[in-house]
Amino acid sequence: MFPKPIEKSSRSTQLTYQALLPVALLLWLAPLIAVALFAIRPSVDFTVGNYWGMPSSFEFFENFAQVFNSSMPRYILNSFMITIPTVIGAVALSAMAGFALGVYKFKANLLLFFMFIAGNFVPFQILMVPVRDLTLDMGLYNTKTGLILFHVAFQTGFCTLFMRNFIKALPFELIEAARVEGIREWQIFWYVVLPLMKPALAALSVLIFTFIWNDYFWAIVLTQGENAQPVTAGITSFNAQFRAMYHLMSAGSLVAALPPVAMFFLMQKHFIAGLTLGAVK
Amino acid sequence: MAETSDMQHNTRPKGWYARNEIAITPWLFLIPAMIMFTLYVVWPIGQSFYISMFKWDGLGPISETGEYVGLAHYERLLTRDKAFTVSLWNNAKWLVFYLLAIPGGLFIALFLNQTVGGIRLYKSLFFFPFVISQIVVGLVFTWFYDPTFGLFNGIIGVFGFNPVNVLGDPKLATYGIIAAGLWPQTAYCMILYLTGLNAVDPEQIEAARLDGAKGLKMLWFVILPQLRPAMFIAFVVTIIGALRSFDLISIMTNGGPFGSTRVLSFYMFEKSLSEYGFKMGYGAAIAVILFLIMLLFIGYFLFRMYQDEREAR
Repeated sequence: MFPKPIEKSSRSTQLTYQALLPVALLLWLAPLIAVALFAIRPSVDFTVGNYWGMPSSFEFFENFAQVFNSSMPRYILNSFMITIPTVIGAVALSAMAGFALGVYKFKANLLLFFMFIAGNFVPFQILMVPVRDLTLDMGLYNTKTGLILFHVAFQTGFCTLFMRNFIKALPFELIEAARVEGIREWQIFWYVVLPLMKPALAALSVLIFTFIWNDYFWAIVLTQGENAQPVTAGITSFNAQFRAMYHLMSAGSLVAALPPVAMFFLMQKHFIAGLTLGAVK
Repeated sequence: MAETSDMQHNTRPKGWYARNEIAITPWLFLIPAMIMFTLYVVWPIGQSFYISMFKWDGLGPISETGEYVGLAHYERLLTRDKAFTVSLWNNAKWLVFYLLAIPGGLFIALFLNQTVGGIRLYKSLFFFPFVISQIVVGLVFTWFYDPTFGLFNGIIGVFGFNPVNVLGDPKLATYGIIAAGLWPQTAYCMILYLTGLNAVDPEQIEAARLDGAKGLKMLWFVILPQLRPAMFIAFVVTIIGALRSFDLISIMTNGGPFGSTRVLSFYMFEKSLSEYGFKMGYGAAIAVILFLIMLLFIGYFLFRMYQDEREAR
């Protein structure tokens, strides 16, 4: 293990390390902690300029109740209604594509694979005008469906890269054995490969959930207004509504950030497996 | 039961599909993904090249309301558009300074790669900034830099500096935003390295230790070579992230002050879809240039991956 395990150093080094950890963490998260501290203050603290002193009262519940009384819950709901179908769609499409690219040998295989990878890296702006146009033409501008369709298509690139590499690493003998048994190819996918892909499916689901939840660019390109916008875009109108009311803006930001954070802490192992693209084991 | 029915399959005279099953199945599985990807990614790239040669406000079909101008947009961008030059220059700054996330992430990873009690929780909390959306990161840092109540001025005040309005100063604003971007990106690189460090071969370390290697020497000659896969991914995601920066700029300064924090991605959006009117053709031309810049990197990444693929066979 590198660096040298701390248990092998002197007692004083160990104690210093143990003391340094919380300090470092506090510094690292300071900007966020500051926002969390704002969210429990009453509005009067901001009008009299008491930003960092003792809060004059503790208004955590009051502030968050106000956030939930605004259009925020609507935006949160929109975010869920966009994110969940996208996760299902992208994971389903890429599981199939990954199976095709990971199991079969055919001429265009590597070319298609690299097309998916390359597409995943392009700047959003090169797609913006045509995709917005396409969405308008389909009558899906300012709908959740329009946003979902685009997200599914774009995330398929990244997901296929991940799935294909995962499937490629599975023992090929399993598939050959299944073929010898006379099992149909689609049945190999359904009964042999898919059950083995559970870790990959979990990793991608968590990761795509976070990516889509946090998307801002496409939200403002393809939607406007309360009925379709997800929370990342909604928070700017929320902030415009509560301009300079920092206690509410802080509380609102925390609420908007919460679902992916919860997802991460619940599914940490899968999340990290997904982030490293499965390339670093 | 299942077995007997399958046996019958094999003895039955085979249809066209059954005979070509292995050749056809991959395509059947690929079709949905390919249709979606072509419709929303591949085809639009080509369309953007086409649109960039028209003056078009996006209303009505381009064949009717667009006016063909050839390469005029590119000529104007490259010779007469000051805002474009500023954006391009800022993109360069992003590229260079965003890469600090790579040594930064490595440093934190080395700091946290221990097995003391509660270290798992520490690792997760250090990773925290990556999980929250860039919009929230942007808001958090806007308040962090705020000249009246921001923590930033409080901190530099302790060291005797006068308060600065980071985001209000055209010379500093871009660096302020990049610093905000480094926060989640460093966390990302950290987690890549932590996973990489986990896989480092302990025997090699022991052997190197016996040979008297330690500290920086050990890191450079023994550890880093083994971290190459993690390093490569960190490099890829950081470069792509730098060129994609948009959310933070949009939230923190909206391109200002005086357009000094624009980057190509933001400038493109501003030209195409903002209150200054819909200049879709001009926007598309900016997007094409950004795409070509990114293509250099994408090409390199793909080349590296292709080499790995060939080795894997």
